[in-house]
Amino acid sequence: MSDYNFAYLDEQTKRMIRRAILKALAIPGYQVPFASREMPMPYGWGTGGVQVSAACLTPNDTLKVIDQGADDTTNAVSIRKFFEKTAQVATTEETARASLIQTRHRIPEEPLTEDQILVYQVPIPEPLRFLEPSEVETRKMHALEEYGLMHVKLYEDISQHGAIATAYAYPVKVEGRYVMDPSPIPKFDNPKLSMAAIQLFGAGREQRIYALPPYTQVVSLDFEDHPFEASKADHDCDLCGAADSYLDEVITDDAGGRMFVCSDTDYCRARRAAGHIGAQGAPYEEATA
Amino acid sequence: MQTEALTGGFTTAPTQAAEAFRAVMRAMARPGTVERITGARPPLPLSPAAGAVILTLCDPETPLHLAGAADTPAVRDWITFHTGAPLVDRARASFALGSWQALLPLTDYPIGSAEYPDRSTTLIVEMAQLTHTGARLTGPGIATAATLSLPDIAAFQRNAALYPLGLDFLFTAGDHLAALPRSTRVEGH
Repeated sequence: MSDYNFAYLDEQTKRMIRRAILKALAIPGYQVPFASREMPMPYGWGTGGVQVSAACLTPNDTLKVIDQGADDTTNAVSIRKFFEKTAQVATTEETARASLIQTRHRIPEEPLTEDQILVYQVPIPEPLRFLEPSEVETRKMHALEEYGLMHVKLYEDISQHGAIATAYAYPVKVEGRYVMDPSPIPKFDNPKLSMAAIQLFGAGREQRIYALPPYTQVVSLDFEDHPFEASKADHDCDLCGAADSYLDEVITDDAGGRMFVCSDTDYCRARRAAGHIGAQGAPYEEATA
Repeated sequence: MQTEALTGGFTTAPTQAAEAFRAVMRAMARPGTVERITGARPPLPLSPAAGAVILTLCDPETPLHLAGAADTPAVRDWITFHTGAPLVDRARASFALGSWQALLPLTDYPIGSAEYPDRSTTLIVEMAQLTHTGARLTGPGIATAATLSLPDIAAFQRNAALYPLGLDFLFTAGDHLAALPRSTRVEGH
């Protein structure tokens, strides 16, 4: 017997979040306000994602939590333990085995299926916030579909840098209507936003929930003569040799030594287990703990 | 007060509501699919699916409108006891429940505002059955196209034309559930 209600939140809070999720699914890309609760972790640690996950979890779910693609970082481990304790759900690090995945700033490399749910932790849900600080104004801009300012921002990137310099949280347009912040995922992940799984976005401090139903049309903003390009480090993974995954650059000493490794730790582990070895990799050994 | 109103709720609310919400969410995320939803035994004429939707989504913060035959003393008592949802007229309703004919005309319900399109009514439409025949559905949540036995075509086309404003629909029959958000484009045959 646990001392917590199932998945920590009280039932009335979950109903409020669930109603917001349904409206978010009905209006893809629109940010639905919700009465975000205090959670037993600080803002910035995924309180929005945690509340959305808590409202969605069922006892039969298998939960995976990643932080920048990794299952073993502090944020991912603490959220996974939180739900192990408060919802007694099974957890996994394998993308394919998870029914609900909470993520901070990455989409898993392995394509998700119709039976999966991807919950994003979102710091700043409003894509226009750094261009227009007033919520009253940005709300009006969304209502009027007035997104010229965003295109000016991208154009100024081109005039200053010769290319669109935005590398993460790259703005997208959803079903030709709402401009949406996909959360700070690298723009490498943007093409994956049209997927088979349900995608839910939770911003705890900013009190917003938004969503993408499966197969929703999501277009990264660009110009005809400067088309959107999903970029990554021009390198293969040094551990597993993958040429198609998003890479983290890891500094290994103070003499300029570095290596590039998959940001998605489960993807890298699975490839090494299957016998792939990168330039600096060693043969894979099953972890014995 | 009749004791019938005190029975038929969720027996283990946290997990049953979670399972029921998953069904509602899957239905809303994939318009045209039919989900099974159980756990509630509401008084007639409510279907078990409509009862489960009410228990999962309604509480004192959600004004509910009961239309036509759904507006009986037994149903009012049951909903009041289990959810505390205020029973109101159409213009103030977050949710409305009844048969398609009883819920008409759709112009009575709030469709949200340009700034807050989410402040619109969700209609729970009681149906005799739900089948994959009739209207052709396309849009978010649908890979290519889906079909669903909608009670009307033109009314849903008018609703979709209001996008991003508009009403959202849940269809219930027995212990089955389907959904049609405003984002879905509807074609007849």
